[in-house]
Amino acid sequence: MSLSCSSLLTPVDEDREFRLDDYEGARARWCPGCGDHSVLTAAQRLLVDEQLKPEETVFVSGIGCSSRFPHYMKTYGFHGLHGRALPVATGVKLNRPDLHVFVVMGDGDCVSIGAGHWVHATRYNVDMVAMMLDNNIYGLTKMQTSPTTPQGYKSNTQPQGSWLPALNPLEATLGITNASFVAQTAEWIPAHLFATLQAAYRHRGFAFVRVLQRCPVFTEDIYLDAVRNPEMIDMLTHPDGVELPESLRQIYTSEVRHDPKNLAAAREIAADTSRLRLGVLYRDESNPRYEETRHLPLHTAEDKIRILNEELDQYAV
Amino acid sequence: MRVLVGDDTAVQTRAEQSRIRTTRQPQCTVEVVSDSGEGAQKCGQTFGAVSAKMGNGVWTVEIIPAEIQPPPRSPAGASGNRIRIGEGVVTNWGDRTNVAIAFNEQVLLARHRLDAIEEDAILLVENMWATHKDEDIRAEWAAAMDELGQANYRIIEVPMEEECLTIVENARKGKNMFALGILCWIFDRDMEITREQIAHAFRKKDPEITERNHELLELGYSWADSHLDVRIDVTPGLSPENTLVMNGNQAIAYGAVAAGMDLAAMYPITPATSVSHQLGEMFYKFGGVVHQAEDEIAAVGVALGASYSGKVAFTITSGPGLALKTEFLGLSVMSEIPLVLVNVQRGGPSTGLPTKVEQSDLLAALFGQPGDAPHVVMAPATIEECFHSMITARRIAETFRTLVMVLTDANLATGVQPFPRPTLDPAWQGSLPDMSPVPEGKAPYDWDEETGLSRRFIPGTPGGMHTLTGLAHDENSKVAYASAINQKSSAMRSRKMAVLQSTLRPPVVHGPESGDLLIVGWGSTKGAIEEAVDRAREEGLSASSLHLRFLSPLEPGLKGIFGRFKKVMTVEINYSDDPDMPYITDENRRRGQLAWLLRAQTLVDVDCWTRVLGEPLQPGAIHDVIRANVSKGGAA
Repeated sequence: MSLSCSSLLTPVDEDREFRLDDYEGARARWCPGCGDHSVLTAAQRLLVDEQLKPEETVFVSGIGCSSRFPHYMKTYGFHGLHGRALPVATGVKLNRPDLHVFVVMGDGDCVSIGAGHWVHATRYNVDMVAMMLDNNIYGLTKMQTSPTTPQGYKSNTQPQGSWLPALNPLEATLGITNASFVAQTAEWIPAHLFATLQAAYRHRGFAFVRVLQRCPVFTEDIYLDAVRNPEMIDMLTHPDGVELPESLRQIYTSEVRHDPKNLAAAREIAADTSRLRLGVLYRDESNPRYEETRHLPLHTAEDKIRILNEELDQYAV
Repeated sequence: MRVLVGDDTAVQTRAEQSRIRTTRQPQCTVEVVSDSGEGAQKCGQTFGAVSAKMGNGVWTVEIIPAEIQPPPRSPAGASGNRIRIGEGVVTNWGDRTNVAIAFNEQVLLARHRLDAIEEDAILLVENMWATHKDEDIRAEWAAAMDELGQANYRIIEVPMEEECLTIVENARKGKNMFALGILCWIFDRDMEITREQIAHAFRKKDPEITERNHELLELGYSWADSHLDVRIDVTPGLSPENTLVMNGNQAIAYGAVAAGMDLAAMYPITPATSVSHQLGEMFYKFGGVVHQAEDEIAAVGVALGASYSGKVAFTITSGPGLALKTEFLGLSVMSEIPLVLVNVQRGGPSTGLPTKVEQSDLLAALFGQPGDAPHVVMAPATIEECFHSMITARRIAETFRTLVMVLTDANLATGVQPFPRPTLDPAWQGSLPDMSPVPEGKAPYDWDEETGLSRRFIPGTPGGMHTLTGLAHDENSKVAYASAINQKSSAMRSRKMAVLQSTLRPPVVHGPESGDLLIVGWGSTKGAIEEAVDRAREEGLSASSLHLRFLSPLEPGLKGIFGRFKKVMTVEINYSDDPDMPYITDENRRRGQLAWLLRAQTLVDVDCWTRVLGEPLQPGAIHDVIRANVSKGGAA
């Protein structure tokens, strides 16, 4: 569209092989036991696996614990404003479809202050991976209720317990027109997390991944039952979504075959919160992608002047 | 005096042409007013465009009703255009209207009550209401005509409906072209140019519509020819060659393309939106994108994300949108991502006067971002400058890695004026950002200690990987934990403004460079201020004016210039307390926004005269201010 920078790139070490340390930035400063560490590792592993050039990869985040994420990568990073990661990422990808764009948001970031952007980014369906690291609480600002905080859960802002039923991000995302990829995974199951992120990356379109995660300080107990009892989790599997890695088959015995093309079934699964469901709920690559719909051929500066002069002729006296 | 025409007894014939009197006027202001949706705007715009093409100076202003669909025939519904034409260049909308053509008496009454009409004006009004079958309407007509009759206008009744029905079934759709025909006769417009202009205006419609409109135009012309006795000669004195005629929003849009920007992100807001309408069509040809975001915040976010990843992008908004974008604007400054923001100012605060002009966003534009956020603020003064300001803005944004705000207003946005056609230069588009591999040891904020400038590493550049952050950060874009870093990075960002100022020329004074009174203005008021100063000087008053294009950094040398005048005052379209109002003292008086800024920056006791009437300033009103202030100074 506006400029095709890929053609300008100096081919440096075209056949260099990237290793994990090629993607490792500053030492992560999250609390010990924070689920963010696990997501960081999975993302770095994904980049190794896909051999993405660090300079052609951008991690965009908002504000919150998880939004420190880009600092710990050795790619390009954009640690912007609370709730506003998605517009920035949309701008990057609209201008530079050649870049690999990943978005890291917390639950407050994505479904509270940035909720409008979440709805519309889903609808735009710009090709990127959007991770919502959902620990059900505001961590950085010290334990305030978030939209995904379970009803009755006590926080500093709602010490009598959260007044409202928790918002269901999967159900909501699946209700948005043009949603093309919706998945859920958990930080305490690294193999599943990796497989889900990989499916999200390989999906062409806006891939929304909710990563269930514990905050070791404020919501340590939130998924405790599911962590201790793997039978409480249904694994959604399908060749078009994620298959259960062999290493997990023995542990997660409740496997549900679910065709991610089936939107009605996906919505039903998302709405039923009686059990935890991990896997790809919905995926449809046929949905229009905004950056492609809007892509127009480039013109040289001289061409633009010619066209502009033709345009100005209309206003000539 | 009241002249009734249109009935058989008063019909004049061409044989009586000797009775037609032509008066020559150096300039004349014309208004076309109707209910919303009756096409008065198209009539007025076409009249303005034709006049410009003939070589008249032109300035047009839209008359916009406050409501979407005001009740028909209500004073609140007055909609249309005011067109001031002159023998030479016209730089503003003038004082009062000399000729008005109205599709009903109520909208005319509205203009009368707003004191918009000159006392000896010629008013042409549709007279179907006089004999309307609805008794109430007949009564309204009679009352309005009585009220208008008190003034010294020359009122001419025109049977528009009756005449138009001979050509079209729905006269509501045709009156505007009939009215245009009348104006063309009065001002002796070139009918060939007029026909072309109409054909252009309706080029996207069925050719039959153009044909019908041509017939209506001719009908109006010949009706005037056989019924009217006054013609006005405003002799075209300009060479129309190599001239463009457009409004300020169009100029901004074309300027953006000429500047090489090809991503605009916006959210609909009056009066800025039409820039994106223009771009939406144009970018389709040029290969750019107008992204209509989900909200104002997302719009600036998308623009910033695009800028971050390559060439400078821009966003367009108006006051309320500027408020919403604030946090991202701070991020642009903090992270030194270039960005261009156009703010088409309207009346405020809050929703304010959405369709009307004001210059009340200056201080918000300068200081609206929490924290210290130095950035560039420019204000084009003419429609021509709207075009060129985009090229300058893009270049400054890129060179200085900074946010550049371009403040226009509703007057420039919708005003139409001819200006010299620019010779387009490919260099205006800038080059693609440097994406050569970053040398070892170079940091993403390798500030030049002297200038604060540094190279921007954009994604895709090998070796340039870093995480940009809105947190205080050091040269390496690492979050700053040492307090000295924030002091240094703040200084570096601020330094860029001083460096930019060092490249600016001192402003040129309009009139002598010393004297009794210096009027300082900014933005769309330039033409009215300079016309007022010229009138005052003709009276022998010692007055000059100065117009600022850069508000941040301010243009250099102001203190020296101010020192050569006994009194300095700003004239602005924003609110200030009048000094003689109750409770107002010199200490608590809230002054015009530019006055506020100039006082702070120069320590000169800058006075101000400002008005927020939702309309451009009249040169006559500024002239009065000059008279009052020069005599106060005991001079002249």
